[in-house]
Amino acid sequence: MQRVLLIVLLWLGATGVAGAQAPTDDPAAADPPSVSDALADLKSRDFDIKGAAIETIARSGHERAEALLQALLDRGLVHDRAHDRIALGEQADGGWALTDPLTGDSLGQVDARAARPVIINNRLREQIRNLQAVAALSNPDSGRRRQAVQRLIGSADPTVIQALRERQAKEDNTAVADAIDTALSIAVLRDPDSDLHARLAAIDAVAGSLEPAVKNVLRDRATQTDAAAERNAAEKALKAIDARTARYETADTIFFGLSLGSVLLLAAIGLAITFGVMGVINMAHGELIMLGAYTTYVVQQIFPQGHEWSLLIAIPAAFLVSALVGIVIERCVIRFLYGRPLETLLATFGVSLILQQAVRLIFSPLNRSVVTPDWMSGALQINPVFSLTYNRLYIIFFALAVFLTLLTVLKKTRLGLQVRAVSQNRITARAMGIRSERVNALTFGLGSGIAGIAGVALAQLTNVGPNLGQAYIIDSFMVVVFGGVGNLWGTLTAAFGLGIANKFIEPLAGAVLAKIMVLVFIILFIQRKPRGLFPQRGRAAEDS
Amino acid sequence: MSMKRNLKRIAQVGIAAGAISYSGLVSAANTIKVGVLHSLSGTMAISESTLKDTVLMMIEQQNEKGGVMGKKLEPVVVDPASDWPLFAEKARQLLTQDKVDVIFGCWTSVSRKSVLPVVEELNGLLFYPVQYEGEESSKNVFYTGAAPNQQAIPAVDYLLNDLGVERFVLAGTDYVYPRTTNKILEAYLKSKGIGDEDIMINYTPFGHSDWQSIVSRIKEFGSEGKKTAVVSTINGDANVPFYKELGNQGIDAADIPVVAFSVGEQELSGIDTGPLVGHLAAWNYFESVYTPENNKFIDQWHDYIGDDSRVTNDPMEATYIGFNMWVKAVEKAKSTDTDNVAKAMIGIETPNLTGGTAVMNKNHHLSKPVLIGEIQDNGQFAVVWETDGLVAGDAWSDYLPDSKNLIADWTAPINCGNYNTKTKTCGGQTAQ
Repeated sequence: MQRVLLIVLLWLGATGVAGAQAPTDDPAAADPPSVSDALADLKSRDFDIKGAAIETIARSGHERAEALLQALLDRGLVHDRAHDRIALGEQADGGWALTDPLTGDSLGQVDARAARPVIINNRLREQIRNLQAVAALSNPDSGRRRQAVQRLIGSADPTVIQALRERQAKEDNTAVADAIDTALSIAVLRDPDSDLHARLAAIDAVAGSLEPAVKNVLRDRATQTDAAAERNAAEKALKAIDARTARYETADTIFFGLSLGSVLLLAAIGLAITFGVMGVINMAHGELIMLGAYTTYVVQQIFPQGHEWSLLIAIPAAFLVSALVGIVIERCVIRFLYGRPLETLLATFGVSLILQQAVRLIFSPLNRSVVTPDWMSGALQINPVFSLTYNRLYIIFFALAVFLTLLTVLKKTRLGLQVRAVSQNRITARAMGIRSERVNALTFGLGSGIAGIAGVALAQLTNVGPNLGQAYIIDSFMVVVFGGVGNLWGTLTAAFGLGIANKFIEPLAGAVLAKIMVLVFIILFIQRKPRGLFPQRGRAAEDS
Repeated sequence: MSMKRNLKRIAQVGIAAGAISYSGLVSAANTIKVGVLHSLSGTMAISESTLKDTVLMMIEQQNEKGGVMGKKLEPVVVDPASDWPLFAEKARQLLTQDKVDVIFGCWTSVSRKSVLPVVEELNGLLFYPVQYEGEESSKNVFYTGAAPNQQAIPAVDYLLNDLGVERFVLAGTDYVYPRTTNKILEAYLKSKGIGDEDIMINYTPFGHSDWQSIVSRIKEFGSEGKKTAVVSTINGDANVPFYKELGNQGIDAADIPVVAFSVGEQELSGIDTGPLVGHLAAWNYFESVYTPENNKFIDQWHDYIGDDSRVTNDPMEATYIGFNMWVKAVEKAKSTDTDNVAKAMIGIETPNLTGGTAVMNKNHHLSKPVLIGEIQDNGQFAVVWETDGLVAGDAWSDYLPDSKNLIADWTAPINCGNYNTKTKTCGGQTAQ
């Protein structure tokens, strides 16, 4: 007890000393009055006044200026209504913990409604970011400098151009220097007073760049200039840029197609087992995907701090949840209905409605938010016109990994052998001592579990809500039927084929018509080849 | 004698029984029945179930205040399950079996269109609380959400005048509301001198989730030197993957802002809004608006629903206004009869939640303020622009050639939902 008291006393003493020391190095004494005036201006509702205030703060050279602008961007600068003052605010205990913007002293805690963040709009946000970019030109990190220059490309602000010129003289990193050259060349082309030689040199300098700003300025020059030499140079550069852009656009479309294909593959691959191998028309397949997505959500709720890695736990968890539900469905409903496809269809459709409404009751009809980990956000920027979004990239690899694992399970394991035996000829398989009932349940569980894994991936792309499954059930059947029932490779080919075809039609016909055209194509195709792309051959196929 | 006594007794029992059943009738007549026609299951449950709770909360509060004309309000909740024909059946059931005096309900335009003939045939009263495409005015319906001139047109004006936008992408889900709204917007933009090559129109199916190529085309369309904005009438669910894709492809609100007409606090509660900061929405109400009325409403909502994280949104305010107007109109008419209440409704004023007053106009549409908000990282909107005063809802758009000359006026002598001011004729209850 005494020790605790002692610690408390010591702690109080320490904070007391710190508190006493604070005023001695109080920056408020050196504060130019303009910054506090500018802060007061931020209370205005007029965005022009706020814009001027931001400019003042940025130019003040005050040591906290950068922190204040960042706070303004992050909604950390609040208007304390009771005292009618601007303060730095941090959300705490359902209220705001306020600190003085210039000194950092604590101003106490106020109620959530007593303070409101200072509102800025897009224009002010861009203004602050540009000011920050100009400041970042002298950042020691070359990556940050390059980003800053990239932001400033195309800017016509003379102070920005000046800052870029100053940096150009000092810059030693070639990538940053190139970016600055591009930015300054654009400025030369935009400048109505620059002479022809400078412009021709500028066109020459930017000709290899794919920046949209370059393309725009060249297009303007090609139509506006009076000098034939400049027009020719601009047109030639434009043509080269257009040709390169077109190539990257095709690459883009193929990537989009592969990505759509990987989503189709994930959604369909579980069905390729339950429908393709076992011949069960499972209308609740989509809901098993949905359960996987909800499992991802629940896992994220259990580990609120672990957004970066909780997906790795969600994958086996989703597999287990969906597999168990799948086995329960098989044991309770489907096993009584083997060989009666119509009844199976209706019964599993009923199951799908039950699962949907159950999720509505447990999680509410509102969509749930699944956090995307940082390593799956953003895009791999290959050049200004071509980038691969990380989430799609990972999902393509994930889909292929799931496919290969499943293929191995079916081809190399005992369970896989039994599954194939039962699906080819149930009676002979039973005669060989295979417990076909158990194999049925496990196979259905495997297909369902894979649907659950698909749900983990889809949770990153679409809404996690009770209707998630319905959106994918049609597509899944389409892929399996098109690829050839019972053939996993067919499913793979069909998924990627349909994905890429869809993405090539979409820009020409629109998303709605593209979907219709693909569907019509499949209907016609199935008319010609009822067994799909890769029909199963042999006696098993004849029986079914 | 005994026979006579027996008869007397039978008569007494009969009278007593009659009295009991009569008293039952009296107690039934002592409540006013309020029908609630919102989907509690199916696709639309996500949006509509909140409105059901809002109506129930309003009823509870009104009953605590003593009901209406001394009578308690009795809610009758039905579930049309996001199934459009079922909306009509349930509306018929509410009006003929449950004999409700008023219905609060519908969300999608197609559900309203399906209920419309029923309420007109049975002379019911429907309060419709959602922003919609206009081109309609029924004697039996009061539209408390925004008409296009109270949402879409002011939003485009903001883009044109305040942001200096010169190119527009009109992106929508493929159904009646986006198609009509985009037709109006296209005509409006052309009247403002925007050329064909600067307007890109794109429709996607319901629940579209693969936005890669569309977002990439928008990016390309917006990189050609002119300031570009997206006007989005994309419906509900499909917005989340759309905004995610925008964020992933690095489209910043400062470069290409997206202004949405179907995205509110509720829709945003399903996503991380960090990458969306600065994208816009146009509504007549935002939860972040700081007024005593709104703070009170939010507190009451949190109390009622028992969850402080639940948000409020524009259709909830429209329900709030519609309900309060109906209560006032019933008290003014001293009756719940449809014709009397409908007559009393016109000109009724009640406070809205943004510090102003809502007025019911002769065309059964409200006068409302229009607010433009930017998405913040906490899933709320910050108001960056608002109209100076109230904007009166226009049932028939002035920018479509077919409806240019039409007005709705439910007062004598016109008394018509689609009156042609040129030919001076009435096109019937509702046109088309």
